Amino acid sequence: MVDKSLELFDCGHRACGGCGPALAAKLILKGTGEDTIVVASTGCMEVFSTPYPETAWKVPWIHSLFENAAAVASGIEASLKHNNRTEKVVCVCGDGATFDIGMLCISGAFERGHDITYICYDNEAYMNTGIQRSGATPYDASTTTSPAGKYSMGNSRPKKDLPQILAAHGATYVATASVAYPMDLMKKVEKAVNTPGACYIQIHAPCSTGWGFEGGKTIEIGKMALECGLWVNYEMENGRLVKAKKVKRVPVDAYLKAQKRFRHLFKPAPVTDEIAKIQAIADANAEKYGIDIEL
Amino acid sequence: MLQIMEGSHAVAEAVRLCRPEVVSAYPITPQTHIVERLAEMVADGDLDAEYICVESEFSALSACLGSSAAGSRVYSATSSQGLMLMAEVVFNVAGMRQPIIMSIANRALGAPLSIWNDQQDSLSLRDSGWFQLYGEDVQEMTDQHFIAYKAAERHDVLLPGFVCFDGFILSHTYEPVDIPTQEEIDAYLPKYVPYNMLDAKNPISMGMYATPEYYHEFRYEIDRAMDRCATALSEAGKEFGEMFGRDYSEHIESYRMDDADIAFVALGSLCGTVKDAIDEMRADGIKAGLVKIRTYRPFPKNDIAKALAGVATVAVLEKNISIGSAMKGAVGPEVLHALNGTGISVYSYVTGLGGRDIRKKDIRNIAELAVKGEGDMFYGLREEVL
Repeated sequence: MVDKSLELFDCGHRACGGCGPALAAKLILKGTGEDTIVVASTGCMEVFSTPYPETAWKVPWIHSLFENAAAVASGIEASLKHNNRTEKVVCVCGDGATFDIGMLCISGAFERGHDITYICYDNEAYMNTGIQRSGATPYDASTTTSPAGKYSMGNSRPKKDLPQILAAHGATYVATASVAYPMDLMKKVEKAVNTPGACYIQIHAPCSTGWGFEGGKTIEIGKMALECGLWVNYEMENGRLVKAKKVKRVPVDAYLKAQKRFRHLFKPAPVTDEIAKIQAIADANAEKYGIDIEL
Repeated sequence: MLQIMEGSHAVAEAVRLCRPEVVSAYPITPQTHIVERLAEMVADGDLDAEYICVESEFSALSACLGSSAAGSRVYSATSSQGLMLMAEVVFNVAGMRQPIIMSIANRALGAPLSIWNDQQDSLSLRDSGWFQLYGEDVQEMTDQHFIAYKAAERHDVLLPGFVCFDGFILSHTYEPVDIPTQEEIDAYLPKYVPYNMLDAKNPISMGMYATPEYYHEFRYEIDRAMDRCATALSEAGKEFGEMFGRDYSEHIESYRMDDADIAFVALGSLCGTVKDAIDEMRADGIKAGLVKIRTYRPFPKNDIAKALAGVATVAVLEKNISIGSAMKGAVGPEVLHALNGTGISVYSYVTGLGGRDIRKKDIRNIAELAVKGEGDMFYGLREEVL
């Protein structure tokens, strides 16, 4: 058991108020403990936590490029193995670095089965460059590169199902988590770093700036995502679903209404057919993962 | 003891003797024989290293960066398109000051696709912060690996380096080569001691982002380290000479330069042909000489100025093209700058791109063009295909 009282992601970083990813970083390190090397990608977290000569990281931390964290981690793991060192190698990267530009390196590292844990803090867009769409952006979200307009309802594609893609690579352990459920998140991280082979965790990390909600509501928004079924917390071992958090589901409307990125679905009047399509995504999630609590 | 070896296999032997802890590369012609041989060595237990079979050159160098940051001596090799795919990491490795050594089996760049030799690949990354060595023959390119690690890992240098040699012409040629013993190399090249590294007992952050308040100075520091690298390479080359009888303390090699009127400047295997051509020209009364550049980065400006001081004309043979530049090649402007104010005429000749043969008669033709003041041009164009 790692000492959960240790604060290995220090105060004084420059994240926005209510930043989901900053909370994720703090919780991830409570799950890994001190004996950890963190590999980062270019992104929000790198920018707000390591402006030279300052750093918020109390564990060894390295950033190389936007897209190569998984490959850098592969090299670190090989070096540690050669020298019989026991530190855990953990990538902490955003969704742009994970879903999009980093896929080649991630696919390679998982296919090779390095003993690493790759964690994606998923805030569902490229946030630090100005809120542009990524492969993790949900259907109909308005971003600066998928803006809602006269002829557009926002992002026209559903979120890429990355956990399933990495499970198909033979990942030993795949899990999803949310900053709104800290104990579950820490437990999954601890499990992943102690599971041999390549493991993947995707953390739902609401972004108050990019999604458009007050900084004090990060946890509330995170919980709403699970309660409507647009986010599911589950675990997979060796490609098989072993556990999913059950919920008493509510319609997606309240979750969508709480965020500016979906405002166009309600103003001036509700766009019922589009909201129905998003509801269908939540319904499909519920069926796929069996999360509905039978009344 | 001299033994006949393929160039690539001699390089692999040299790398084995350097005891890298991690090797990561992606196969690409004409580099492949090197990493295949290293994989065999690991499989047979002759090399105690982790061999990471990556999915691309981009990941190969990224993995090397990770291993180096974790404190290991690491090795990679590539060519041509592979080096281009690595390009972003190439700059990043230098900025992060990781002393990684990478062999470059020089090959032309596409399009059109060509597997044959020129030096466009490595020369096009001249500004990346890696030092660049060029070998003339299998012995030289093999020895340069030992020297490269020794210089790169000095704590007053900490820069990565390319050891470049002409693809096929050297990588696939069998030549007699003297490979030192493990005991000898252990005495020459001690275990790598990192300046700093990723270590949970002593946490540091590496590769952070820098605001305009700091970035400028980081680049200055890399350039300063490159200046010190010239000394480090020279000292490593001298020590190598003292131990093994082959001296590499000079960044250039001068051939029949004492009374030369016209001098060639070239890199790599072409120098052998040029030396033969010079012998023939000398027999005919033409006072020609060669300055062979071993170290292209850091550029040995003063050495070159000194070596070329007495000549009237310099012909730079360029197996590369700097498209749109006034002199056409990447080496010529540097030589011109080294000779600034001397009145010596310097011309570039782009030649031998994409594996086109360069023969002794071509060298002689180029000398005639240079003496007439015709230069900064493509040499040997086939007018009928234009």
